[in-house]
Amino acid sequence: MQHLIILPVLLPLLTGVALLIHRGGALTLRRTANVLSTIALVVVGVLLVAESTDDAIRYYAVGDWQPPFGIILVLDRLSALMVMLTSVLALGSLLYACAGDDEQGSNFHGLFQLQLMGINGAFLTGDLFNLFVFFEVLLIASYALLMHGGGKARTHAGFHYVALNLLGSMLFLIALGILYGTMGTLNMADMSAVVTTLDTADLGLVKAGALLLLIVFGLKAAMLPLYFWLPRAYAAAPAPIAALFAIMTKVGIYSIIRVYTLIFGEQAGPLANLAQPWVWWLGLATLALGAIGVLSARDMRTQVAYLILVSVGTLLAGIGMHSEAALGALLYYLIHTTLVSGGLFLLVDAIAQQRGKAGARIVQSRTLAQPAILGLMFFAGAIAMAGLPPLSGAFGKAMLLQSATTAQQHWLWPILLGSGLASLIALSRTGSTIFWRASGEKTGVTLGPLRVTGTLMLISCAPLMVAFAGPITAFTQATAAQLLDRDAYVESIIARGDTGGDA
Amino acid sequence: MEALFATTTGILAASGLYLALRGRTFPVVVGLTLLSYAVNLFLFSTGGLTTDGAAVISDGAGQYADPLPQALVLTAIVIGFAMTAFSVILAMRVRGDVGSDHVNGNRVDEPREDKS
Repeated sequence: MQHLIILPVLLPLLTGVALLIHRGGALTLRRTANVLSTIALVVVGVLLVAESTDDAIRYYAVGDWQPPFGIILVLDRLSALMVMLTSVLALGSLLYACAGDDEQGSNFHGLFQLQLMGINGAFLTGDLFNLFVFFEVLLIASYALLMHGGGKARTHAGFHYVALNLLGSMLFLIALGILYGTMGTLNMADMSAVVTTLDTADLGLVKAGALLLLIVFGLKAAMLPLYFWLPRAYAAAPAPIAALFAIMTKVGIYSIIRVYTLIFGEQAGPLANLAQPWVWWLGLATLALGAIGVLSARDMRTQVAYLILVSVGTLLAGIGMHSEAALGALLYYLIHTTLVSGGLFLLVDAIAQQRGKAGARIVQSRTLAQPAILGLMFFAGAIAMAGLPPLSGAFGKAMLLQSATTAQQHWLWPILLGSGLASLIALSRTGSTIFWRASGEKTGVTLGPLRVTGTLMLISCAPLMVAFAGPITAFTQATAAQLLDRDAYVESIIARGDTGGDA
Repeated sequence: MEALFATTTGILAASGLYLALRGRTFPVVVGLTLLSYAVNLFLFSTGGLTTDGAAVISDGAGQYADPLPQALVLTAIVIGFAMTAFSVILAMRVRGDVGSDHVNGNRVDEPREDKS
């Protein structure tokens, strides 16, 4: 089906607009529409992944304007994978939200779908300016969702988040302006072809533009000097939204991978592998500081937010290692960390609701209403996040450690393993305080079936990703190979230009 | 013309950046607005500054204005406009919720304003 590629953008757009128009409609109806649309998105995601496995790179020329002139959506293994990952994460957090979090404001469901549209669009687009537009779509939805339900902490964290991201968008535009001024195109495949034929006088400018882009993506991904907004914003956001935001940092990671393998990759002449050294060192530093943050957090939500930083640091270091094996390993780790950290955000919220006044703070309190199921899920989530065998975190980290060269091992091994140890210590302290040092009678609401399903769905990917590690790693390794094969990408988009694509 | 254009953009960007780094929400919003003007001007100039260039393709014209930056800047203006409106409302909401227009949420006013 040739129009399949545009469905992940079109479907949430239409559902979102319909939900915004009928914001006063019956809650059950809106919930059903949203859940059905998200399930349809999961199906589309699976179909896209299935379609991408033949290694062909497909594109959809919007309005039949052929590249490099029109805007195109590109489907390769990486974008298909990311779209599917988004939809699965969204389904889990949406199910959780439908248990009551969505009642706090009338626009939750519409904004949720628009957020998905922005994220999917960013993963699929093949045009750098279009990437900016989809960034804005997902950001505008996220501003509103972050403050869903209101409250002092949320508006406050929200203002910082909005101001920072506005600055980021302006830097993005400046970078785009520089790149367009020097290269004369904004189509990624075309830029990749043009970058080899640049005038030497323009090299400095292009380099400045490319590194400005790195700052923008680093801000989205929460790279070292630019991560200070993250713990506060994520800790303040409502749980299902924080869970969905687990994919937002990965939008930054995705953009770094895409731009710095495709445009400024191996073949870019004097600009080849421009960003990798930066990303490597900053990634390691993010990893180390994130681990300290995990240890110092006094609130479970902040702790999970810092765990996200640790995973971002790991992923960035993986990009900096700059080899096919490392890229494949980090993609496996990316799937794991997105779903599990999303699940942990939901779980922490469920725990906090059963602890009365203590909430999410890591202090002694009364016994939880359902210590068994919450405890087991926390145990599984913590093991997966800290990277202990037998769950998926250990697999991802082991593959990453294995793919490091000798020079890289000296830095990566101690920092990555040390941060794993720090996470382990912090999470076991949290777990024992909450589940074992609790006393008093059981009170608080028990978890509804929707909340259990949502949380379980995300946490259970940790054992599932181990059970299906074979096919998943085969897919991610093939994705890495496809990413590094720049010529195939350029040829399938530019060369076919005049014969017409899937329009 | 290039020098004038570059100076204007530079001054706008510098003033915007200075204001965006201030401690109160109103100067921050104004600063972000000025910055987005500077960025729009910059984006507009990336196709090269041409005068008397033809906007639409025609037989007689030898010189064309690059239409793409114009399209880009239009998109950027629309998005920037919406974001300014949003951040103004948000700043007012922060003032109402937190009880202070300081970006760090300090309830205490600066000392010299305390006295007045």
